[in-house]
Amino acid sequence: MKAFTYERARDAVAAARAAARPGARFLAGGTNLLDLMKIEVETPTHLIDVQDLGLDRIEKTKEGGLRIGAFATNTALAADDRVRRDYGVLSRAIVAGASGQLRNKATTAGNLLQRTRCPYFYDTNMACNKRKPGTGCSAIGGYSRQLAVVGASSDCIATNPSDMNVAMRVLDATVETVNADGRTRAIPIAEFHRLPGNTPHIETALQPGELITAVTLPRPIGGTHIYEKVRDRASYAFALVSVAAVVQKDGTGRVAVGGVAHKPWRVEAAEAALPQGAKAVTATLLADARPTQDNAYKVPLVERTLAAVISQARTA
Amino acid sequence: MADKSEFSVSRRGVMIGGAATAMAAHSPAEAQPRKATMPPEPATMPVTLKVNGKDRALSLDPRTTLLDTLREHLHLTGTKKGCDHGQCGACTVIVNGQRINSCLSLALQHDGDEITTIEGLGTPDRLHPMQAAFVKHDGYQCGYCTPGQICSAVGVLDEIKRGVPSHVQADITARPQATGTEMRERMSGNICRCGAYSNIAEAMTEVAGARA
Repeated sequence: MKAFTYERARDAVAAARAAARPGARFLAGGTNLLDLMKIEVETPTHLIDVQDLGLDRIEKTKEGGLRIGAFATNTALAADDRVRRDYGVLSRAIVAGASGQLRNKATTAGNLLQRTRCPYFYDTNMACNKRKPGTGCSAIGGYSRQLAVVGASSDCIATNPSDMNVAMRVLDATVETVNADGRTRAIPIAEFHRLPGNTPHIETALQPGELITAVTLPRPIGGTHIYEKVRDRASYAFALVSVAAVVQKDGTGRVAVGGVAHKPWRVEAAEAALPQGAKAVTATLLADARPTQDNAYKVPLVERTLAAVISQARTA
Repeated sequence: MADKSEFSVSRRGVMIGGAATAMAAHSPAEAQPRKATMPPEPATMPVTLKVNGKDRALSLDPRTTLLDTLREHLHLTGTKKGCDHGQCGACTVIVNGQRINSCLSLALQHDGDEITTIEGLGTPDRLHPMQAAFVKHDGYQCGYCTPGQICSAVGVLDEIKRGVPSHVQADITARPQATGTEMRERMSGNICRCGAYSNIAEAMTEVAGARA
């Protein structure tokens, strides 16, 4: 691990100000950042620990929704009674991810900001545009079974591994931030994560030093909440494909898919076809899919997982 | 995948390897002038951890993980280093009542925290019920993953008691029960290469039953 200096920030604006300097990074749970620092894929020179900012409460908003403090742990968020009752897809997605130990440490903002990655991103002997812009992509033409089938570019085919993010996308969450000048902004989750394009190293809409303070959920929309995750083993593995869905009694609803793109994949025109069934939804959702030979299986897998979700919703 | 770039050696890798070899080849006296060219030791920072009930004040390189602090600085070697990347669970300890991977945490993140390691759970004369159940049910073979398994198992039963939900619950709003399926799911962050899983599950079932 490269040497760094460490500080604990006492308030959010001070943290953002400290983070504006080059080489500085926020440290929340650290479960992804420290992992990557050990192999020197991440090499911050200064860490700003944000655990003392008091941003870990989960509160009702005056609009009838929920405001989740940026540093509420994944366990605390999944276990919150209001989340379990009104936003079940979020609880389900969180407990489908990582391990119990990691969920106890990982935070809401940290989960949003975990790196979108692939095995070549970790392997410092291999070219990777995300790790080292301009060096090329080893995954294209390499081993790509787990990687993106849609929204990828000729520079990067990595997938966002978060389960929580897929649920946040289906719930239309909003990411609240503050910057070094004390200016706040609210970023819709749809615009928060970016497609790789020719800058795969830039994964979110955040500006340098901008601090996430909360994630808000709009008022509950009812319906049956489902998170279906398909993976190589029963627990503690990334999704090959996952589906987050909120389905209403009349068969209409929302769906977002994980494991297929650089960000949670939701196409509003596709979910409009939910009453017509999985085939119709998938035809629009993955109309632009460009799978490799290794990951072409993901296209029918999305359709079948969707079919399972729709049938589960009918019998709920 | 046949591309030979996969096997190429980076210049930096050669430099690091070369420097290490050079250091090893020189006698201490000869190494003296070379030392001046090494990067300066990073400044240490103070931290106080409450480990197994005792305050321990330390001054550490900021890079020191909680795991290395326990093992190398406090000589509590019960906590094991397996993968050092949060994948195997051998380093699991209980911090402020919650199980975490001590390898993916800096000691500095834990100033003032209460940390319980396998040494703090019980002693050979006064075993924690989970330690006793692991012995009774043969919940190990080589024993390397065992301290992590036991700390994790204690954390799992507490999480079930506190109503923390899991992936295998049919109804996410329901209170979880300490069933075999629940415990197996919740233990997925602890790997046992010897494959003592079924005995570990039996040990946990006994402790959970005794509690109910």
